[in-house]
Amino acid sequence: MAVTEQQRRAYVASQAADARVNVELQTEDMTLNIGPQHPATHGTLRVVARLDGEQVVWADVVCGYMHRGYEKLTEVRTYPQVTTLINRIDWLSSFANEVPFILAAEKLMEIEAPPRAQYIRTILFELARIANITLFIGTMGADLGAITPVFYAFRDRERILNQIEAVTGGRFHPNFDRIGGLKDDLPRGWIDETKSAMVRVREFCDELEELLMGNEIFQARTRGIGVIPAEVGLSYGLSGANIRASGIDWDLRRDQDLALAWKDLDWKVWTHPDGDSFARFWVRLQETREASKMVDQMLDGLPAGSIQAKVPRIIKVPAGEAWVHTENPLGEMGYYIVSQGGLGPFRCKIRSASFNNVSVLPWVLRGTYVPDIITILASLYFILGDIDR
Amino acid sequence: MDGAAAANAARQEVLDELKVALGDAVVGEQVHAGDVWIRVRRDDWRRAAEACKTAGFDYFDFLSGLDWMPSAPNPEDAETLSVEPEAEADEAPDAEGAAEGEAEHEAEPQPSEAGTVAAFETAAGEPAEGWQTGVAGGDTRFQVFARFHSPRRKLGVTVKADLDDESPAVATIHDIYFGAEWHERETWEMYGFVFEGHPDLRHIYLPGEFEGFPLRKDFPLLAREVKPWPGIVDVEDLPAAEEARQDAAINAAQENSAAQEGSEGGA
Repeated sequence: MAVTEQQRRAYVASQAADARVNVELQTEDMTLNIGPQHPATHGTLRVVARLDGEQVVWADVVCGYMHRGYEKLTEVRTYPQVTTLINRIDWLSSFANEVPFILAAEKLMEIEAPPRAQYIRTILFELARIANITLFIGTMGADLGAITPVFYAFRDRERILNQIEAVTGGRFHPNFDRIGGLKDDLPRGWIDETKSAMVRVREFCDELEELLMGNEIFQARTRGIGVIPAEVGLSYGLSGANIRASGIDWDLRRDQDLALAWKDLDWKVWTHPDGDSFARFWVRLQETREASKMVDQMLDGLPAGSIQAKVPRIIKVPAGEAWVHTENPLGEMGYYIVSQGGLGPFRCKIRSASFNNVSVLPWVLRGTYVPDIITILASLYFILGDIDR
Repeated sequence: MDGAAAANAARQEVLDELKVALGDAVVGEQVHAGDVWIRVRRDDWRRAAEACKTAGFDYFDFLSGLDWMPSAPNPEDAETLSVEPEAEADEAPDAEGAAEGEAEHEAEPQPSEAGTVAAFETAAGEPAEGWQTGVAGGDTRFQVFARFHSPRRKLGVTVKADLDDESPAVATIHDIYFGAEWHERETWEMYGFVFEGHPDLRHIYLPGEFEGFPLRKDFPLLAREVKPWPGIVDVEDLPAAEEARQDAAINAAQENSAAQEGSEGGA
């Protein structure tokens, strides 16, 4: 049910008419403040927009209401203690935060986790992605006025959280990844349960594809809204589904050689040429389905063996610098660790996806209409903890 | 191995390309562990960013700062503490009738604080002897560093530049990489580096009236000054005999599980 050319022209013409009226009437600018407490910001983000009529002429984003100073705190903790902190950066997919940090420490120590641990890491990574993006699919609808999908999303995310809890003991903050391996092996019966949960995930995606994406109002509110061209996105450091929705075929799961299971799997990177809010939603929905297939493949090909490489009892990381980034649910997340041979990092630069994803807002909001601010905020999809660190 | 060798060749190629573009602006370089570092003169920071963009590194990862002053809670403190806990406990045994463990906690910060002050005094001038600076070297206390990535070439490059100790300043690159605008604001806030030409250098995370630059190594972490991090006792060395016993237990468990899996695989 695509928007017809006629509809599109009518929309453009009406916008132009509005703009003309505004110019003729010389209306005074009005400042609209959204947040820091606003349902559309999913936390404490403040957007200040100067309006000319209903059109945004200038926008600024104020963040930092939840800044916790993790980069400073990592400097007074040992490597194993840091994972507790970084679990709380992107709290909807905590396990995925731990992986690049542990990989960076392992890179400096020149050790590699055994194959079974690599597979379980990747499985939990993809489960975290599914749990996170499921919620996005629901809340995107809620932000546009469709209340039902968010209940479906919470219902189906529950199954994923149960599976994560069964392995790690934590629903939100697993704190499960260890240098050289994992804390524990999978519990009995987990593989079958996860497979049935994955079937459910695919059903959820099919359901939402019809319910939400096929909805005429949803399309009208998202198509052509908040278009980000590829080169602007790259320059702002936009990553993940946001940049793939602008047509850049780039996925760090495929495009780098990490000691994780993705390279053994048969899967596809989804891209969309449009770069608008609809494309970002569409790419994420496809990726959720793809992730559930990846989990199935990994459960089938799970290697036997140990889950922990031999590491010294006291972890000391040799001096050096390492940068490891992975394709997290929200985009590229990376850790630049500077070690001086101590028990903890000398400096740990945390590159979180949402910070860059949100920094494009002043650019993309210019010229949009007030209700579209909410659409764009929802479609860029950020987690407050991931902006403020 | 072939893959790794090819990847290293690609990285060397990147380095050569950037060196041709930048000429004598390059003062340090390194290709190792699957990564490329390049250190440029401060005045050529902008030119380096432009060269990276021209070379196809059009994705902006991050920009941040480094402070090479030795940090206060360094590993040596933990080691000395774990070796001589009795000596520490002697000093404050009856303070408040505290348990021995707590006395250790309270005694802990003294050596590290002394270390901080000494380090800070030597920091006034040039970097003191024995300062470690990272990959691709460094001559001053402060460095600005940024990382650019190329989705097409599937690799990235880290660019560093030394900054002046007294008044660290460098040209902005926010009009080359738009994403740098927020990162430069953050770096200015956390390290006090001035980005010349930045249109809007104001606080991004911290409240507007905040004073000081929190990520500098001489900025105290107040929570730790008041109460030392209790987690540090977790890293005490075990007595040698106990450690050997635990290692043996771990080894036995691993062999056991390996043997079990072998038999399961056979069945």
